[in-house]
Amino acid sequence: MDKFTSPRPWNPYLCGGLSGLLVVLSVWIAGKYFGASTTFVRSAGLIEQLFDPERVAVMDYFIKTAPKIDWQWMFVAGIFIGSYLAAKFIGGFKIQAVPDMWQERFGPSTAKRALVAFIGGVIAIFGARLAGGCPSGHGLSGTLQLSLSGFIALVCFFLGGLLTARIIYGREGR
Amino acid sequence: MSLYYGLITGILFGFLLQRAEVIRYDRQLGALRLLDMTIVKFMLSTVLVGMVGIHLLYDMGLVQLDIKTAVLGGNILGGLLFGIGWAMLGYCPGTSAGALGEGRWDALWGIFGMLVGAALYAEAYPAIKVTILTWGDLGKTTLPGLLGINHWILVGLSWAGGIALFRWFEQKGL
Repeated sequence: MDKFTSPRPWNPYLCGGLSGLLVVLSVWIAGKYFGASTTFVRSAGLIEQLFDPERVAVMDYFIKTAPKIDWQWMFVAGIFIGSYLAAKFIGGFKIQAVPDMWQERFGPSTAKRALVAFIGGVIAIFGARLAGGCPSGHGLSGTLQLSLSGFIALVCFFLGGLLTARIIYGREGR
Repeated sequence: MSLYYGLITGILFGFLLQRAEVIRYDRQLGALRLLDMTIVKFMLSTVLVGMVGIHLLYDMGLVQLDIKTAVLGGNILGGLLFGIGWAMLGYCPGTSAGALGEGRWDALWGIFGMLVGAALYAEAYPAIKVTILTWGDLGKTTLPGLLGINHWILVGLSWAGGIALFRWFEQKGL
């Protein structure tokens, strides 16, 4: 454990419970359930628009999911800000390019970590959009509404993740 | 106005995510390697609290549900694919923004990857729409609707199951 992890993290049940209240308030006040993955689609569309707006305008997916800054885009930006504030003023901020657990297994190479993170990102968002949501949209918002798709997707997220983690890190887990 | 609500909600959520340390690669992979259940404790607490609040407000007619369509092809294949990418990246779409906020800039490679993955999905969408996204389309199904029982029965069962799981995690020191 390094000194940057202090002060100790808050209780995950407490933070999770408070997040639950936050979802309820968000739905009550703004009518918005948590989600994150659509933001990456909208952002990709915004970037593509810079190069070829005519093409983006006729693409099915960007007609369905218009490239724009919406509630969820601001929500994801807010996560960045909220995390920064908590880390900076309470504890945990650390400029780090290679996570501790990764370094223990694969060494300190930033390039290696960057490559796997990039490819992981490509696969993860493709899967999230195919599934119709990510751990926020399906895992939190879907399951708390008792939606069938939320439970199916959440189980599959963990199945895929457990298997892949096993392949990457071997059997030394429990 | 909606944009401000999104930003404020995101800041508060990001703050809680950071304080519970669920945005760390080591915590996410810790869960996928069955070594550390912090993120599961957080997610499940959010879901259990949110579930009660949303159904209470729903019964009072104050909020609407927003159920995603259950499509077995998309939910299962996309879910598994997401899991693979998630274990490689070590962050999900929402937590990658939070990880960047606390200085873990390997998340940036993941964010670039997710933008590329989203663009690729937009390209593939016309073909996916008429194939995978039509396999096993069950509509906007909820578990109470599917089972034909009152939602409070399932809320109660979720709480009982959740608390049993939490006790087991604590006993095992996970």
